[in-house]
Amino acid sequence: MKCRVCREPAVIDVRRHNAGFCGEHFVRHCREQVRRAVDEHSMIEPGERVLVAVSGGKDSLALWDLLVEAGYDTDGLYLGLGIGEYSDHSGAAARAYAGARGLKLHEVDLAADYGYDVPGAAAATRRPPCGACGLSKRHLFNQVALERGYDVVATGHNLDDEAAVLLGNVLRWEAGYLGRQHPVLPARPGFARKVKPLVRLGEREMAAYCVVRGIDYIVEECPMAEGNRHLAYKEALNALEDRSPGTKAAFLLGFLERGHERFAGDAVEEREDLGACTECGSPTTGDVCAFCRLRERAGALHSSGAPDVTVELRR
Amino acid sequence: MKIVLRNPRREVEVQGPVTVSRLLERLELNPESVLVIRGDTLVTRDARLADTDDVEIRPVISGGAA
Repeated sequence: MKCRVCREPAVIDVRRHNAGFCGEHFVRHCREQVRRAVDEHSMIEPGERVLVAVSGGKDSLALWDLLVEAGYDTDGLYLGLGIGEYSDHSGAAARAYAGARGLKLHEVDLAADYGYDVPGAAAATRRPPCGACGLSKRHLFNQVALERGYDVVATGHNLDDEAAVLLGNVLRWEAGYLGRQHPVLPARPGFARKVKPLVRLGEREMAAYCVVRGIDYIVEECPMAEGNRHLAYKEALNALEDRSPGTKAAFLLGFLERGHERFAGDAVEEREDLGACTECGSPTTGDVCAFCRLRERAGALHSSGAPDVTVELRR
Repeated sequence: MKIVLRNPRREVEVQGPVTVSRLLERLELNPESVLVIRGDTLVTRDARLADTDDVEIRPVISGGAA
């Protein structure tokens, strides 16, 4: 197979584009897809400060690399989840990437700074660990962005991630979630803007980008995610993609272009009538926000009316 | 040839030469869910792998639902 651009030997085939690319032109392809996503959805304006949510995996490190190369003003934020060796290795990958390039990486550790970890929270709440993990990430990425003056939080959700979420929402006709599923969540009082610049790139492309760019990422899968429904949706979509290349992109990008607006009125208006959490001050529809309720159930928060730890960023 | 598979890490021996496409068929792997790396270089589905090659098949699917 030859590179579509220069006719040199290809290192990666992207079947939905019916194309092969050499390393150099594959990197250009990825940069162009990110540029299109950022421009189409007005994700980041010139001069804005971007906080990149970095897990040490392929998507977040590729995202950080692509945004740095595009000239954006970025810092990273790594969240220690307390998932044994997996967290040790993922943290090391994030630090190594930032250290080798002289980039600034903030770190927050759930156990040291908030008194719980993801496995403990999952056990205490008897809910899937991905729920506690996602809630913690959303809360803390937003909190650090606001405290440190970032305009936007960028996450490494890729085309496969978003297509799998879309499939799950369609299978259950979750109209409210369909109305909120978009590559940009605008800023509102108490919330930084959140963007997903990888929405036009699949996770196979992101892994290939890291290999081509020499980025060491954590290859092993999170042990807590094993067997979850999201991965089953991805497998189903990949089976369709193998038979009919372009299916995932048509499903997701078609929804964003032609379907999303139809559900906008059903969007879950969880940000209306917000008050301040009595524990941490974050916006919430109740007295105590979901993050503090999670901490309380995990045994890390006592009903003293105030957080029992003072959190300071490590770097 | 020696094939390294990940998650969990394990090794299998496969008789070469063989194309990447045929190798993935034999191992019942969806090409959409893996990368194939010979030495430290990515290879495409039509690449022919020799008996002496060291090959890694790396899964690319990841992530929780959050």
